[in-house]
Amino acid sequence: MSGYIVRRLLWGLLLLVIVCALTFIIFRVIPTGNPALRRAGRDPQPKEIKEIERVLGLGKPLPVQFWEYIKGIVLHFNLGYSYYSDAPVKSLISERLPATFSLMVGAAAMWLIGGLSVGIVSALKQRSIFDRGAMGTALALISAPEFWLGLVLLFLFSSDIGKFKIFPGAGSYVGITSDPWKWFTSLLMPWFVLASGSAAIYARLMRGSLIETMSEDYIRTARAKGLPERSVVRQGVRAAINPIVTLFGLEVGVLLGGAIIVEDVFNIPGIGRLSYQAIVSSDFSVVQGTVLVAAMFIIVANIVVDIVYAYLDPRVRYS
Amino acid sequence: MSAAEPLLRVEDLRVEFPSEDGVVHAVDGVSYDVYDGRTLGIVGESGSGKTVSSLTTLGLTRRQGARISGRIMFEGRDLVALPEDQLRGIRGNDIAMIFQDPLSSLHPLYRVGKQLIEAVRVHRDVSKAQARERAVELLGLVGIPDPATRVDQYPHEFSGGMRQRVMIAMALANEPKLLIADEPTTALDVTVQAQILALLERLQRELGMAIVVITHDLGVVAEMADDIAVMYAGRIVEKTSADLLFSKPEHPYTWGLLQSIPTLTGSREEPLIPISGTPPSLINPPSGCHFHPRCPYAEPEHAIVDPQLEQLADQPSHGVACLLEVDVRRRLWSEMRSGSTPQEALAEVKDDGPDAADGGAGS
Repeated sequence: MSGYIVRRLLWGLLLLVIVCALTFIIFRVIPTGNPALRRAGRDPQPKEIKEIERVLGLGKPLPVQFWEYIKGIVLHFNLGYSYYSDAPVKSLISERLPATFSLMVGAAAMWLIGGLSVGIVSALKQRSIFDRGAMGTALALISAPEFWLGLVLLFLFSSDIGKFKIFPGAGSYVGITSDPWKWFTSLLMPWFVLASGSAAIYARLMRGSLIETMSEDYIRTARAKGLPERSVVRQGVRAAINPIVTLFGLEVGVLLGGAIIVEDVFNIPGIGRLSYQAIVSSDFSVVQGTVLVAAMFIIVANIVVDIVYAYLDPRVRYS
Repeated sequence: MSAAEPLLRVEDLRVEFPSEDGVVHAVDGVSYDVYDGRTLGIVGESGSGKTVSSLTTLGLTRRQGARISGRIMFEGRDLVALPEDQLRGIRGNDIAMIFQDPLSSLHPLYRVGKQLIEAVRVHRDVSKAQARERAVELLGLVGIPDPATRVDQYPHEFSGGMRQRVMIAMALANEPKLLIADEPTTALDVTVQAQILALLERLQRELGMAIVVITHDLGVVAEMADDIAVMYAGRIVEKTSADLLFSKPEHPYTWGLLQSIPTLTGSREEPLIPISGTPPSLINPPSGCHFHPRCPYAEPEHAIVDPQLEQLADQPSHGVACLLEVDVRRRLWSEMRSGSTPQEALAEVKDDGPDAADGGAGS
C-alpha cells in the first residue's frame, strides 16, 4: 500500500512538470501580446521596452526561461513575479488561497451531503413525488450555468440589490478569522451555486447506484437474516457509495473551474478571480502559478480518493 | 409419515405480481406441509414458482408489490398476515434461507465475521465478543478449516463452495427450525455440490431441523428429500414421497423430468428425451391443464378442464393433478420404462384396448 502511494506521488510530480511546461508553452506561443509592451504604459520608448524585457527576463531563449522557472520552483518554491505589480506570485496566491479554499470545502460539503442524501431518499422512494421533484430539480440545476444561477440568486436574495434581502450580496466576503459568522453567511450563496451542478449529478448517480445495489442478492440475504430495514439500507448505501467516491477526484477539477466564475460573480478575492484577471492582462507568471496550484489540488485530491477507495473496497486493497 | 402437526403448512398460497404487461401469476394455489426433521424437495423448471413460494414464506416478496393470498401457518401463526416487525423476528431465527449464488449473496465489503456476528446479534442479546465466538464455532461446524483466521477475511477470499458454507453457517446462526435452501448447489462445481449436500444432511441430523430444498435438479432431491412436490407454472402437479416419485411417477411432466436426466447405468447411446416446447407464460398461462401444450398425451378437452391435485385411491400419500385416466397413465409409463418413446407408448396404449381410448378424460 505504501509503495503504491509513493508511486502515485511520483507520477503526480511528473504530471506537475508536464502541466508547467504546457502552460509555459501555451502562453508564450499563442499571440496574446508582449507583456513588456503592456507594462510600459502609453507610448513607450523602444528603449524602455527593452529594459523591461531585460528585467523580466523575456529576452532570453525560451528553454532558458523555462529552466530558470522550474529551478526557482524546485529550489525556493518561487513562482516568479507578477509582470504588473512585481509582487511575488507565491504571496499573491497564498493571500487568496483561504478564500478559494473556504469556497471549495464548503461547496464540496454541501454537494456531498445534499447530493447523496437526496439520491438516497429518491432511490428508496422510487417514483414518489419526492423522487420526481428531486430528479427534475437536479436536471434543471445540471443545466443551469453558474454565472446565470449566481446572478439570479444575487438578484433575488442579496441583501443589497435583492428582491428578498436575506443573504449578504457580492463583495461581502470576509476571512473566517475576522468574523466567522459573516464568513459563513457571505459564502452560503456562492457555495450553493458552486455545489448545485455537482450535487445534482451526485444525486442522480447515487439514486441509480443505490437502486442497483438494493436489488443485489446480498441485500436479500440481509433481509432474510431478519435485519431491520434501517440496517439493510445502510448495507446498500455502503456498497452504492463506492463507485461514486471515484468521481470525487474528477469533480474537484470541475469545482476549481467553477470557482473562477463564482468568485467573479460574487466578487470573492480568491485564486479563481486572480487567474481570471491574470489571463485577461497576459500576466503569464501569475497564470502559470495559479494553473500549477490548481493542478496540484486536483492531483492530490485524486491520490486521496484512490487511497480512500482502497480503504473502502477490500477487493482493491489486496490486488 | 408423521401424524403430528406439520411445522409449516402452506395452504392455497397464491402470489401475483402486477407488472406493466399484466399480472404475473407466479404461485397459483399451492399447498404443502413440512414436518420436523424431514426434508421436502420442491422441483420445477425456472419460472415454476418454486422460489417465489419460499421467499413469500419469509415475507420477502412483500416489498416487490406482490399480492399474496392463502395461509402459511408456522407454529400457530399465519405468516401471510403477520405484521412485518413480527415476521422479522422469525426470519433468520426460526426460519432461515440460503440462496443459489453464494458469490453474490454475501456483502462484498464486509468481513465474513461481521456478517455472521450481525446474524447472531439481530436475534440474540449477546455481546460482540460472544457473537464472534459463535461465528467461529459456526464456521467450524460447516467445515471451514482454520475458522479463527477465516472469520476476519472478506468473501472474495473464499472459494464458491466455501462461500456457500459461510451462507449455511449464517443460516444456522440461531438454530432455525426450518431451513429453506434455494438451489443450494446450482452455482457450484459438481464435486463441491456433493460436499454441500452431505453437509446439509449432516447438519439436519445434528440439529434436527426441517429442510425445504428447492431445485430443478432431480439428483439433488433424490439425494436429500423425504417428500417431493413437483411444480409447473405456479402449481403443484405431483406430490408424494421421494421413493414413490422415482419408482411410480404419475404425471407426464414428472416423466419428462425423469427422462431428461442421464443415468450412469444407462447405455450411452440411449437418447435423453427433452420436454418439448418452452415454459409457459405466467401472465397468460395456458387454459385448462397448464401443461397441455407440451404434453404428448394431451387430449382436446385438457385445454378446457382444470385438473386438481387428487390423492390416488391406492396410494393415499400420492397426489397428482392430471386429467389422464390412472390406468392409462400407468400403462404409458410402463411402456416408456421398457424403452419406448412417448409417441410409441401412446400408440401402443391406444391400440391396446377401447377402455383406454374411451377413458381418456373420463369421469
